[in-house]
Amino acid sequence: MSIDTPLVRADRISKSYDGVGALQDVSFELRAGEVHALVGENGAGKSTLIKIITGATLPDEGTIFVHNGPVHDHTPRRAKELGIAAIYQQPALFPALSVSENLALGLEEQSFWTRVNWPARRRRARKLLERVGANMAPEAEAGTLSMPEQQLVEIARAIGADARVLIMDEPTASLSDRETENLYGVVRQLRQQGVGVIYISHRLEELTKIADRVTVLRDGQVIETRSMAGITREELIRLMVGRELATVFPKRATAAGDIALELRNLCCEAAGIRDVDLTVRAGAIVGLAGLVGSGRTELARTIFGLTPPDSGEIRLKDRPIQIKNAADGIARGLAYVPEDRRRHGVIPELPISSNVTLAILSRLSRGGSIDFAEETRIASEYLRRLRIKAPSLHASVGTLSGGNQQKVALSRWLAANPSVLILDEPTQGIDIGAKAEIHALIGDLAAQGMAVLMISSELSEILGMSDRIAVMHEGRIAGVLDRAETTQEKILNLALGHSAQNSALLREPTQ
Amino acid sequence: MNFRQILSRSKRELPCVIAFGVLLLALALRAPDFFEVQNLRDLLVNTAPTLIVALGMTIVILTGEIDISVGSLFAVCSVALGWLAKAGVPIFVLPLVALAMGAILGACNGWLVARVGMPSIIVTLATYIAWRDGLLWITQGAWVQNLPAGFQWFGFSQRSGETLIVLCAVILLVVFAIALRHLGGGRAVYAVGCDREASRLAGIDPRRIVFGSFVLMGALTGLAALLNAVRFSAIPSNLGTGLELKAIAAVVVGGVSITGGRGTVIGTLFGTAVLGSIGTALVFAGINPFWEKAIQGAIILTAVFADAAVSRIQKHVHLDFSRAGSA
Repeated sequence: MSIDTPLVRADRISKSYDGVGALQDVSFELRAGEVHALVGENGAGKSTLIKIITGATLPDEGTIFVHNGPVHDHTPRRAKELGIAAIYQQPALFPALSVSENLALGLEEQSFWTRVNWPARRRRARKLLERVGANMAPEAEAGTLSMPEQQLVEIARAIGADARVLIMDEPTASLSDRETENLYGVVRQLRQQGVGVIYISHRLEELTKIADRVTVLRDGQVIETRSMAGITREELIRLMVGRELATVFPKRATAAGDIALELRNLCCEAAGIRDVDLTVRAGAIVGLAGLVGSGRTELARTIFGLTPPDSGEIRLKDRPIQIKNAADGIARGLAYVPEDRRRHGVIPELPISSNVTLAILSRLSRGGSIDFAEETRIASEYLRRLRIKAPSLHASVGTLSGGNQQKVALSRWLAANPSVLILDEPTQGIDIGAKAEIHALIGDLAAQGMAVLMISSELSEILGMSDRIAVMHEGRIAGVLDRAETTQEKILNLALGHSAQNSALLREPTQ
Repeated sequence: MNFRQILSRSKRELPCVIAFGVLLLALALRAPDFFEVQNLRDLLVNTAPTLIVALGMTIVILTGEIDISVGSLFAVCSVALGWLAKAGVPIFVLPLVALAMGAILGACNGWLVARVGMPSIIVTLATYIAWRDGLLWITQGAWVQNLPAGFQWFGFSQRSGETLIVLCAVILLVVFAIALRHLGGGRAVYAVGCDREASRLAGIDPRRIVFGSFVLMGALTGLAALLNAVRFSAIPSNLGTGLELKAIAAVVVGGVSITGGRGTVIGTLFGTAVLGSIGTALVFAGINPFWEKAIQGAIILTAVFADAAVSRIQKHVHLDFSRAGSA
């Protein structure tokens, strides 16, 4: 094998989920002894590509080559045999087992009856830990280790399995600066030993320190693969953002009304929300942008009373309110359409009609008994208004397509007639047609005077739909941008945690 | 509602209804004596208390929990009611006392499960042992005897008393069937059993629903204990042994999903009917009644197996639907 033979080569990979393309014609290669960075917005296709390389999922089209041999029946087990190992943000160790046992799992050849050779197991553990520069006792229980220590154990395990390809997904997300430096040292050492590293990170500035090459993904396609030398952060962001905004979004000039929802100094330790100030006016759509894990969903849940705040104020229509649980929130005119539609937005086993009326059961009851005629009337009204495609009102929601399920989830909250609507990733994983319909609907609702707070990981959706855009970073609002002066670059800058030097940090002018 | 709709809506109950039909048919062919009025009457009176407990169990299981302490609750209530009757509490007050006593005992379970957040199987295993052994310790195993004259059959004739017992069970069955379908609370029970987090997001408090279901379970067990006790002239302190298994089995055989959220009390009715009549049926068919437990076990296994098989098939159908829908 010559030095130029790539360790892993993905050749023209395509993959789609439920008709939504995740990767299109993606080619990628990793050479021995290089650190190859993989960057892109949320949903650009990074995780899908990683899943395909590690055999967790199979591509629809295209082939993975390892050491230049095509791998057809790729499985996680096969990947391991081929020396591919992945380390994720959250270490996946067995917390109740010792470090040496964790290192032994899957590495030691053994049958059910093999006696454990404890001294050998410990010796090997010590050797592997030494190689990654970790000085912990092999007898330590994995659950008692700190996050970076656990990460080192995972790397040690990968090395122990003779990994030639190491995939690191946001390895520094929860590390301090010193721990990060230490990790870089380990990565550089691995590189010298000829290991290829695929390195995913949102911290663009660290890529210049550690990566040799970078591949930019956008909308499931490779935009560019180039040497890391000489590339600037701004260039990278431009490559990640790329295209001009498509004009499929219904832009509406709405006269913003009174303040419907106001957050003052909102803090919630448990949810990681810190000092959030935000206003949403009636008739306005405020987009809530930020990276996955920046606290957007947590903020929404705090507003809705699912994780009550420690301090600060939530004001509805200029009156402070106390919300202790979801029922309180609903009674005050709040609605929250959660992110994970399949799990919590609808109840798949129940029919459409029951799902639509679940949040207004008390209003629907007459003398304690459900008014079925009224239920049918309400459900069929939304079926018609939202153009939900379903065989009948009694069909269970689980039988509908993703887009139609999301419309049912929306119906439930529209039926509650809220004054403030919080949407969490309203169009995630649904097809283009349904997406456009939902966008139009959100625009209509705002035009009718509803205040909308919309969380989305899709920058084009945020830009296309929002009147104002609040960007979150590490539990805080990093900045609020006005529609007119917002660009994707500015949003990304704020989301990546660079206090807005270049982008104007605007609070809404008080009137 | 036409026949097809009824069929599609009751597909969970259908296997059990068919099983019951087959059982009756076999009996009609092999042992027509089974259908003598006196036998059927005995069977109904014997099964009524079990059905009432099974109704409560249906609610608890629909919310995704389980209560294995009902047998012990049943014994505690029976003995306590006997003592109260002997102490001169008027017979017409006893039903209310039975409901209240059961509800309080059920609330203990409910509080530990819903508020403290302990798993129901552990909580009710603990109360199952605690109530049973506590009762044994207090009574020293002695039966409650010399009950007042007005206690047995509530002071009515045996015939009227029996009718009253069966009537009680029927009324409760109808009330629960309607309530589960027509009350907001009934809808909430299903929603909580299907998906707790989704229910919470929709403004339903799952803890309240679960707590309520245990209280209801207790109250029904108390009532069942009274209806059972009045049939005899003395109350043994080891009553209700194995009642929890009977009730859970009836619910599961009747098509209620053991993981919650799906099933009806009509299913429970047929589940109780099948399991309750097997024993007598064996006697009439001339088969050694030692087979009763084995056959009951086989029926339960079949029911659970069928449930797993059906949901697996449905999952595949759902996938196909969603693919067709998004294409």
